[in-house]
Amino acid sequence: MVTRIKQKQIAQLINDGKRLDGREFDKHREIKLEIGVIEKAEGSARVFLGDTEVLVGVKVGIGKPFPDTPSEGVLTVNVELVPLASPMFEPGPPNEDAIEIARVTDRGIREAKTIDLEKLCLQPGKTVLVVFIDVYVLNHNGNLIDASAIAALAALLNTKTSKYEIEEGEVKVKPGYNQLPIRNHPIAVTFAKINDKLIVDPSLEEEEVMDARLTITIEKEGKICAIQKGGTGQITKEQIMEAVKTAETKSSEIRKMVVKD
Amino acid sequence: MTKSDEKLIDKNGLRIDGRKPDELRSIKIKVGVLSNADGSAYIEQGKNKILAAIYGPHETHPKHLALPDRSRLKCRYHMAPFSVDERKSPAPSRREIEISKVIRHALEPSIFLEYYPRTSIDLYIEVLQAHGGTRCASITVASLALADGGIPMRDLTVACAAGKVDGHIVLDLTDNEDKKGQADVPLAIMPNLNAITLLQMDGQLTISEFEETVEFALKGCKQLYEKQREALKAKYVTVEGEEE
Repeated sequence: MVTRIKQKQIAQLINDGKRLDGREFDKHREIKLEIGVIEKAEGSARVFLGDTEVLVGVKVGIGKPFPDTPSEGVLTVNVELVPLASPMFEPGPPNEDAIEIARVTDRGIREAKTIDLEKLCLQPGKTVLVVFIDVYVLNHNGNLIDASAIAALAALLNTKTSKYEIEEGEVKVKPGYNQLPIRNHPIAVTFAKINDKLIVDPSLEEEEVMDARLTITIEKEGKICAIQKGGTGQITKEQIMEAVKTAETKSSEIRKMVVKD
Repeated sequence: MTKSDEKLIDKNGLRIDGRKPDELRSIKIKVGVLSNADGSAYIEQGKNKILAAIYGPHETHPKHLALPDRSRLKCRYHMAPFSVDERKSPAPSRREIEISKVIRHALEPSIFLEYYPRTSIDLYIEVLQAHGGTRCASITVASLALADGGIPMRDLTVACAAGKVDGHIVLDLTDNEDKKGQADVPLAIMPNLNAITLLQMDGQLTISEFEETVEFALKGCKQLYEKQREALKAKYVTVEGEEE
């Protein structure tokens, strides 16, 4: 998709400490958030990361817990690379790229213990609430992981579920709503390695030139809660530690935009 | 993590299976174990039992998937239905699809794929028994299968996980330690090139804990690398005095 000459230009600029769109190495594109855009969903958010656009809908249903966690609600993340979002996307079940984005987003939310899943249990071993986070990519211009993670968190913070109670072994819906119990705010920060330099929030063109990708997810106390290296290139330990430190600062900046008290 | 009453590290600092924090599980590796494959290897790392085989480089099917400037590495990580406590459906799960992808990305930097344009190399990994750390053991054994198949490589790739269990940093986590511990960091390196080709993490670690964990994993990889080399050499060594 990116011509050779543009690939060379991107790499050359990086060598000179510059980027194609004029950003500094550690700058994200402009992040815009719209909350509660889908009334039918229990929670939703649309996130723009430059020209990348992602819509997340959260649906909450009743289901069975996993046998190894009988008193916890269930969390699932699914990513759809919708064909209208890019000429590279095709209809069909999620491919490995979609699955990777979903699993990295899931890992950040799960490992930060973002949702208090024990509060979603109605009857231990029998009935729990199931939280479905569906990420819909609407326009792909690079760094879908960060956009998905931000949109998923924003949608969760906006999620209200019906009030359920168990009466005589049956699930009854009561009037009113409950806010989904959210207790942590993980933020993913993705780097691309181009010509041995790390740049934050790669655009699609930069992603097509990058040797390797590194995503660091940081929870609200500043601990790392998920990491994923991607791409067919290699990185050094020094680059990883540099990325971790940058991610710590960047994640707290982004968190302030997403979480408003 | 909820059932933390069970101690994973005793008062002497030893783990449930008697290992020290920085000790690897027992390792058994054999290279060239399947006669049909172009290259193959088998590893036992603790209770993990994993087979890897490669076919190729051969013509790509369907042809439109062929890459004009290099060979295409196809990787399938798969767990046998009987490899875990509860039967696993043989259909590929989302976890297996993700792991297949990260294993492919971990191995690709080591292979001179550009030597075989338009071809494919198929790598098949079958986990016969799983007990934690299968993605790392799979990378270690798959790299040997590639070497056994005569695929030109820059270096072997070797992988090992480290993590945090009961507040201690430990090497080469078992299934229990992974599930009940606080963090798990799988890592793969090309040891002679000082390059990291796989890095993942789940759980929670501070930045300094993370750095220590990475150091642990790097040391584990280097120990494993020696075993890997021994196993590869062993295939080509004849025992002295054998022909007397």
